[in-house]
Amino acid sequence: MAQQSKLRFIIQRLLAAIPSIIGVVVVTFILTRALPGDPAVFFAGPSATQEAIDQVRASLGLDQSLPIQFLRYIQDLLKGDFGESITTGQTVLYDLTTRLPASLELTIAALIFALAIALPLGIVAALYPNSKWDHLIRFLMTAGVSLPTFFTGLFLLYVFYYRLNIAPAPTGRLDLLTSPPDRITGLFLIDSLVTGDFEVFIQAFCQLVMPAITLGIFALAPVARVTRASMLAVLSSDYIRTARSHGLAPLKILWSYAFRNALLSILTTMGVVFSFLLGSNVLVEKVFAWPGIGSYAVEALISSDYAAVQGFVLTMALLYIVLNLSIDIIYGMIDPRAGQ
Amino acid sequence: MTLSLRHTRYVIGENAITFGAFLLFLGFVLLAIFGDAIAPYDPLASNASLALNPPSAQHWFGTDALGRDILSRVLVATRLDLGIAIAAVAASFVAGSALGVLAGYWGGWVDAIAGRVIDTIMAFPLFVLAMGIMAALGNSVENIIYATAIINLPLYARVIRSEVLVIKTAGYIEAAKLSGNTDVQIMLRYLFPNALPVMMVHISLNMGWAILNAAGLSFIGLGVQPPTPEWGIMVAEGATYIISGEWWLAMFPGLMLMIAVLCFNLLGDGLRDLVDPRKRT
Repeated sequence: MAQQSKLRFIIQRLLAAIPSIIGVVVVTFILTRALPGDPAVFFAGPSATQEAIDQVRASLGLDQSLPIQFLRYIQDLLKGDFGESITTGQTVLYDLTTRLPASLELTIAALIFALAIALPLGIVAALYPNSKWDHLIRFLMTAGVSLPTFFTGLFLLYVFYYRLNIAPAPTGRLDLLTSPPDRITGLFLIDSLVTGDFEVFIQAFCQLVMPAITLGIFALAPVARVTRASMLAVLSSDYIRTARSHGLAPLKILWSYAFRNALLSILTTMGVVFSFLLGSNVLVEKVFAWPGIGSYAVEALISSDYAAVQGFVLTMALLYIVLNLSIDIIYGMIDPRAGQ
Repeated sequence: MTLSLRHTRYVIGENAITFGAFLLFLGFVLLAIFGDAIAPYDPLASNASLALNPPSAQHWFGTDALGRDILSRVLVATRLDLGIAIAAVAASFVAGSALGVLAGYWGGWVDAIAGRVIDTIMAFPLFVLAMGIMAALGNSVENIIYATAIINLPLYARVIRSEVLVIKTAGYIEAAKLSGNTDVQIMLRYLFPNALPVMMVHISLNMGWAILNAAGLSFIGLGVQPPTPEWGIMVAEGATYIISGEWWLAMFPGLMLMIAVLCFNLLGDGLRDLVDPRKRT
C-alpha cells in the first residue's frame, strides 16, 4: 500500500515536470530564432553567392514559416539532433557531451565544498542563536554571497598562483603536457582512480581546487542560512525536549534526532543552490579556462553560433529540471508524510 | 522629542550593522549622482605613456592598459551599475506585483496563466536565461535591464501573491468590498500597500543580486560594451593582467562591486529583522 502511494507520488512528479519541459523548449526556440546574424550566410561561407545562401537556407529549413520550423525543431530534438556548431564544426550534441562532465565535476566539487563548510557553521549558529558566533557566521556568509564569482576567482589566482605560487596555472582540467585519463565517466577524478593513474588524479585534483572553491563560496550563504533556520525549528520541538529530559547524550540528540530531521528542509533548498551554481559556472569556467559547457556557451555567444547556444540553454534547463525532480523524489522517499 | 531621539538611538544601537549599511548606501547614492564631478580625471582619456602604472599619489588606483585613470573609471561607473540595478528591480517589482496581485486576488485562469509563465522562467538557471535573453536581444544597457527584470519577476510575483492570499481574507477587505469599492480599488488601496513591508526586504536583497547579475553579463561580454566604464567590464579587462601581476586593474572595480552588493545584502537582512524579527534566518 505504502509502496503504491510512493509510486503514484513519483509518477505525479514526473508528469508535473512535463509543462516545464515544454515551456523550456518553446522559450529556447524563440530566443534562438531572435539571435542576431543569419546562420545561412554563416554556413554558406564568406564568398557565397545569393543563390548558394538561399540553398543553404532551404537545407536548414529556415525558409519555412515559424510554426513549421518549430515542428522540425521538435522532430530534431526527439532524434537527439541539436544541430551543428559553426565554431567547432562538430555536432552540438557531441560538443556538449564531451564538455558536460567537466562542468559537472566542477559543480559537484563546489557543492561538496559548500556543504562541508556551511553545514557545520549553520549548526553552530543554531546551537548558539544570537551569540557572537551566530552574528559572525551570518556576516561571513553574507559577505560570501556578495562576492562576484569572477572576481573571487581572479583574486584567488593572483594570491595563490602569482604571489604564493602554490596553485597551478589556470590551464583547465590538467596542465598542457598531461593527457587525460581514459574516458569512462568523463569525470577525471573518478576515471584516473579507476585506471589507477594517481599522478593524473593528483593533478586533476589540484586544478579543481581553486575553481571549486570560487564557485562554492557563492553557495555557502543559502546552505548555512537554511541549516540554521531548520535546526532552530527542530531544536525547539517537543521531541527534542523529550529526548533531552530522558538524558540522552547531547551529541546523539544533535546527530540522530535534530540534524536528520533538519536535513529535509535543507534538501528542498538544494534546487535554488543548483540554480546559483549552474549560472555561476559560466563565469568561473571563463576565469579558469575550464573546458566545460559554460565556456563553450560564451564562445558560441560571441560568434552568434545559434545551434550551440540553443543546445547549451536547453541542456542547462533540462539538467536543472531533472535535478529538481530528483530532489523532489528523494524528499518523497525520505519523508513518509510527503505525497500522501 | 528627546524620547523619540532616544528611541532612534536605541534602534540604531541595536542594529549597528544595518545602520552602517544604510550610511554606505547613502554614500553610493551620492557617488552615483556626483561621480563625474568628483572623478579627478576623464574616465575615457587614454594616455599611452601612463599605461599599467601601479597605484601612486597621482593615480590612487593606478592606470589601465590604455593609461586611463582607474579611480575615475570606478567612480563614474557607479551611476551606470546602480542605475541598471535600480531600473531592473523597479521594472520587475512593478510587473511582478501587478501579476502577483491579480493572480492572488482573482485566482482562476489568471492565476493559472501567471503560474505557468512563472514556472517556465523558474525552470531555467536564472543567469543562463539572462544570457539567452541578452544574446537574443543584443548588447545594450536597456537589454540588460530587461533581462535582469525578467529573471527576477518570479520572485516578486510569488511573494506578493502569497501575501495577497492571506490579506484578502481579512475583515477590512470584506468591509471595503461591502462599502462599494471596485476590484481595482481594493487591489491598489488595500492589498498592494499592505503587502509592501515584506516586499521592501526582497527589494533590498534583490538589488545586490541584480548588480551582480548585470556585472556578470558584462564580464562575459554580453552587456555594457567597452570603453564605457562599468565594474564588470573593468574586471574583465583586468583579468588578463592579473596572472602577470598587474592586480590593480581588476581589484578595485571588483572591490567596489563587492562592497555595493554587500551593502544591499546587509541592508536587506536588517530590514527583514525590523519588519519581522521571527523570520530571521
